[in-house]
Amino acid sequence: MSAPDQPVRTTVVWCPDWPVVAAGVPPDEPGAVVHANRVVAASRAARRSGVVRGQRRREAQSRCPELAVHELDPARDARAFEPVVAAVERITPFIEITRPGTCAVATRGPSRYHGGDAALMALVESTVAEVLGDRGEVRVGTADGPFAAGIAARRREPAERLVPPGGSPAFLAPLPVALLDRPELVDVFERLGLRTLGRVAGLPRADVLARFGPEGGAVHRLAAGLDERSPDTRPVPPSIEVATELDPPVERVDQAAFVAKSLADELHDRLGAMGLACSLLLIRAETEHGEVLERRWRHEGTLAAGAIADRVRWQLDGWLSGSAASRPTGGLDRLVLAPEEVRAASGRQLGFWGGQSAEGERAQRALARVEAMLGPEAVQVPEWRGGRDPAAQVVLVPAAAVDLDGPRPATDPSWVTAPWPGRLPSPSPATVLSSAPIAAEVVDASGRSVGVGGRGLPTAPPVRVGIGRPGRPDRPPEWHDVVAWAGPWPVEERWWDTEAHRRRARLQVVTADGAARLLVLEAGRWSVEAVYD
Amino acid sequence: MAVTDPAPDPLARLRALDERVRPVTLAERQVLPVAEALRPLFPGGGLRRGSVVAVGPDGAGAATSLALAAVAEASGQGSWVAVVGLPTLGLVAAAELGVALDRLAVVATPGRGRWADVVAALVDAVDLVVLGPARVRPGDARRLAARARERGAVLLPVGMAWPEAPDLTLTAEGGRWEGIGEGHGHLRARRVRIGASGRRDAARPRSTEVWLPAEDGGLAPVTHPTVRALRPVATDVP
Repeated sequence: MSAPDQPVRTTVVWCPDWPVVAAGVPPDEPGAVVHANRVVAASRAARRSGVVRGQRRREAQSRCPELAVHELDPARDARAFEPVVAAVERITPFIEITRPGTCAVATRGPSRYHGGDAALMALVESTVAEVLGDRGEVRVGTADGPFAAGIAARRREPAERLVPPGGSPAFLAPLPVALLDRPELVDVFERLGLRTLGRVAGLPRADVLARFGPEGGAVHRLAAGLDERSPDTRPVPPSIEVATELDPPVERVDQAAFVAKSLADELHDRLGAMGLACSLLLIRAETEHGEVLERRWRHEGTLAAGAIADRVRWQLDGWLSGSAASRPTGGLDRLVLAPEEVRAASGRQLGFWGGQSAEGERAQRALARVEAMLGPEAVQVPEWRGGRDPAAQVVLVPAAAVDLDGPRPATDPSWVTAPWPGRLPSPSPATVLSSAPIAAEVVDASGRSVGVGGRGLPTAPPVRVGIGRPGRPDRPPEWHDVVAWAGPWPVEERWWDTEAHRRRARLQVVTADGAARLLVLEAGRWSVEAVYD
Repeated sequence: MAVTDPAPDPLARLRALDERVRPVTLAERQVLPVAEALRPLFPGGGLRRGSVVAVGPDGAGAATSLALAAVAEASGQGSWVAVVGLPTLGLVAAAELGVALDRLAVVATPGRGRWADVVAALVDAVDLVVLGPARVRPGDARRLAARARERGAVLLPVGMAWPEAPDLTLTAEGGRWEGIGEGHGHLRARRVRIGASGRRDAARPRSTEVWLPAEDGGLAPVTHPTVRALRPVATDVP
């Protein structure tokens, strides 16, 4: 058994600004990828113009007007990374993907085979560069342990990217603490005057643990160049892998992703029952013709069920939509998830400071069961969109497409910031028939149909309203006397677009039976859009 | 020398027995909160967990709003609401009445034969299950009610006849809209009388007048003046 302190010598392959490369922006053209209105990655040309990660989109665009802006799409990033991983796989099979754009390889075996670390690095670099062409660059770094290797890969000087064995502590010592990528802890370190990793490593370990807790302990090991396989990794329980046979074989990614989600839930629940969570996962997909795609996915923390399902989807997406040479010839008939490294699960804070509560988890599981019974489109959750119709202001989206765990700003009315003039005032109707409006007739005192003139005024006051009978269009409508009415609220939408141009006018009508309805006139025909039920 | 208690008097013994027999669950766990204006209608002061509360069908045509108003308070305080088989649900009205949209799930009408399974799956985990009109077999209704009792969920069939006598039935009568005139104003608020009757301790019918919807879209008791002096709309309804 190797000493637990000895870090595994690792080579990290890093493709800088991967989201931008995946979006198809060449490095010498300004381009950026944004998420939630903030820049996540920028091309080299964009960075030279002053675009920085974390900036607001508007600010980035003001610094660089020709900036091509793309939305963050993790699936696209993973799909585009698949050929790179396949290329590295030809050199050595033991690859761990950290995230699209970065993967890590254990060096010992391949290095001996190819004649040394430097030779291996050159080989990997040239292989990946061949795959990427001039779409993006690649950097390779080698050191003891993935943390040091990742930092080595980011060094500007190629000579600095190879850290000799045992040289990690010396390599890391002068580097700034910001590289630890833990903003709060880094902030505290800097304010305490510990600006370099060497100074953090120089502190007594017991004191760091006492002051900062287990996270501080982990960071202390990293700074000292020791193995970051933190002491809380546990042995993997035998026969913990979950597998499912897909019969008939599945060819579409979304079907496979649906199955993967339930498989991921099963694995997560099984591990959770033992108090474990997965930090390195092997995903294996087999086709009916015997082709196999295996990938290892590593996470800095632990993988939640949703994260596992995402990675399966990315992997299958990359494989099934890859080039003709690498695409499988048959459908997927087996999917296996095998955890290779597990950690003690930290447990979930049950709704103490917001976030997921036990009831929310149960509700989610029930919704998943209903989705399994009726299909993923059958369960929907509301989101504010904004609009003028009662049906358009809040829409339903499939629950499977929404992360019910995370914050959901779209469920708050403040999400809609645009004013939408022409909207009906509240209260809103409780029964909305927009998807199946009931035909109606509105007549004035002389029996003529009431219209709405160009100025937005009705041609005559409505006196009677005839409500059609749904499902029996041949029967005459039910007539009611109008007791009160208000409106019309005329709306002309998209007058500039000949196809999407709509002119409608709405009327609120209270009939003698006490019912209040919202009637809408379009192209000379009235219908009941909503009932104030 | 054994020390024996003096024979305790019967009252003390009864008190001790009461302590031992009292149910362990807290009272507030058995009842889900309900808007203050509607509280007088509910025997326990709220929606009793495990009960079936039928809403409508009624003459004032306020069944959907009433059902939403009944679950709004509990929803705002953290319970999940699932709505099954009500494709015409007005979501903006739900939000205005106080239903928390981030804890609302809408399930499309299940196909033949699956309705009972779907509702059963939801009853297992969700506190409030609102059921849109559907044909329910008596056996299914009994099983679902039993499951709801076991799990502590509340079933709210809206606008349909529940085969078994529900624990509580809410109806709305005599809705009078205010704020709208002959070609002016707009629908501002509706004054409606909500009646409740049911089984056991809800057997005595109660009723209360509320604004549903009130001027801001929510529910309010009638003591609050919400609308300036505009003549209420005269309808055939007494």
